Amino acid sequence: MSSRLPLHTEFDSIAALRAAMAERRVSAREVAASALAAAQARSDLNAFLHIDPELTLAQADETDRQLAAGTPAAGSPAAGSPAAMPLAGIPIAHKDVFVTRGWRSTAASKMLADYASPFDATVVARLRQAGAVSLGKLNCDEFAMGSGNENSAFGPVLNPWDASAVPGGSSGGSAAAVAAGLVVAATGTDTGGSVRQPAALCGVSGIKPTYGTVSRYGMIAYGSSLDQAGPIARHARDLLELLDPMSGFDPRDSTSLERCDGALNAPGRIGADFAASLRSQEAAGSQPLKGLRIGVPREFFGAGLAADVASAVESALQVFESLGAVRVDISLPRTEFSIPAYYVIALAEASSNLSRYDGVRYGHRAARYGDLAEMTSRSRTEGFGPEVLRRIMVGTYVLSHGYYDAYYLQAQRVRRMIVNDFQQAYAHRCDVIMGPVTPGVAKQIGDNRDDPTADWLADIYTLGVSLAGLPAMSVPCGFGGGGRPLPVGLQIIGNYFTEGRLLALADRYQQATDWHQRKPEQQ
Amino acid sequence: MAITEQDVARIARLARIELTPDGAAHAQADLNRILSLIQTLQSVDTAGIEPMAHPLAAHQDISLRLRADIAAPASTGEERKALMANAPAQSGGLFLVPTVIE
Repeated sequence: MSSRLPLHTEFDSIAALRAAMAERRVSAREVAASALAAAQARSDLNAFLHIDPELTLAQADETDRQLAAGTPAAGSPAAGSPAAMPLAGIPIAHKDVFVTRGWRSTAASKMLADYASPFDATVVARLRQAGAVSLGKLNCDEFAMGSGNENSAFGPVLNPWDASAVPGGSSGGSAAAVAAGLVVAATGTDTGGSVRQPAALCGVSGIKPTYGTVSRYGMIAYGSSLDQAGPIARHARDLLELLDPMSGFDPRDSTSLERCDGALNAPGRIGADFAASLRSQEAAGSQPLKGLRIGVPREFFGAGLAADVASAVESALQVFESLGAVRVDISLPRTEFSIPAYYVIALAEASSNLSRYDGVRYGHRAARYGDLAEMTSRSRTEGFGPEVLRRIMVGTYVLSHGYYDAYYLQAQRVRRMIVNDFQQAYAHRCDVIMGPVTPGVAKQIGDNRDDPTADWLADIYTLGVSLAGLPAMSVPCGFGGGGRPLPVGLQIIGNYFTEGRLLALADRYQQATDWHQRKPEQQ
Repeated sequence: MAITEQDVARIARLARIELTPDGAAHAQADLNRILSLIQTLQSVDTAGIEPMAHPLAAHQDISLRLRADIAAPASTGEERKALMANAPAQSGGLFLVPTVIE
């Protein structure tokens, strides 16, 4: 494959590309055209489900006209006025669980293979309003159910570091597209780790913000008390560039928060917190993180953790110590129960959410059927893949008469205990929590095929955060693996609404290390 | 307590899923494996703990937000057409399904 790298890869940050765009050294159209060519040349990765050059170039042309007319201020900060276009001409792409006008919206399911959304998700609309140009729709696990991207109805995504390994999931196409340099950043969704885990396994950065800070309007539902959108990009500064304009109250999402503690839930909140954190780091001089207490949960370093991951995470913790932070031993004693609690709650919610696919209003309808009941059940059975059917059945079971108390309510009680465990740690022991994202590096495609729970067990370090609705990110911190080197991610978990502070911590780490700059060789 | 064949049939019916005899046997094996994982929840002592439905409920007051009691603009004909375009079968703005009541 002799495709040239796209134009945007010559710039190491959104800020640098924005400056070039503002000075008209490059046009949005040139950037979009070269990214489209690269995305099409790397169809081997199967990262994209739908590319439509006409739609992309129309967005780029519109942005170029706005830039020529002087709409955005040159080099305007992300946390600036809402009228500015901080992402003007930045090539991104959307996980295919965000509905989009023009591009197909399939949730990587045969059920929605022909679905044409009449509207854009709020996240999609906000990023476009900020000037971002979309390359199209990214592959993922069907209805975001999976952690290896093997559950897509349209085939697996390959890991750019090793074509025989999974990219993680469910936002596997998003992480792979960023890692391969096809886009500057991508949207993802995280229900139980679906932003953090693929970011870790593909050697890029990702953040899941606090539950309720980013609108879920137009995000195809999986587990509604857990689902939250977040961006994937190379490094913390680019994550901030996307997350800040993405976030904010939306009246069309009933779980959208109007306030984040004292502050309004609006674009600019996270940018301001990030800037304040940087200022206090800088004021501390050679020990920018002096006084920061990093809680290290002992349950995250048990027997299940692979040695290569443990050693990369340990090195990262030492970097933080060298910057002035101190390490504190903490306990999150219910960690192992986050797996059953999550799977009961998420699948109960999934069975309820996915009952909307009835073959009547939209989605797949079977060709042959007798009565209405048969039409519905046959359409569902044909339209959903095996993992989705399995999860719907488990969810139906735990909500059914006689089991609701034993499973669903018990899981919700355990959920409260897990929330309390995190709050105990933040109240008495530490400011942030760090540990691994995954127990091992990316598995090979096809591993664990015979055991539906084997992949679930590997979600152990991300599920507690999801149950608690906390913000957390993954940043590249080294490599492991037996054959080709495979990336390892460090998880950084904050208390509610501390996205800006987490991003500033990750940024400080990325100034001291270069893991986030490593790129896979084209295979 | 294991999931029986009858349980699988009942779950499939509730979930509106069709299972072949072979598929039902697979589903039974899968569900029993999953059940043994989620049954570990029973070992947690949750006496006196309230179930939690919203992850931030312990952090701040969560109330279901109500929209102001003002009529929202109705969909335009164009919007209605775009919505109906996704229906597998339709006629005159109505969704078509097999006869329910003779």
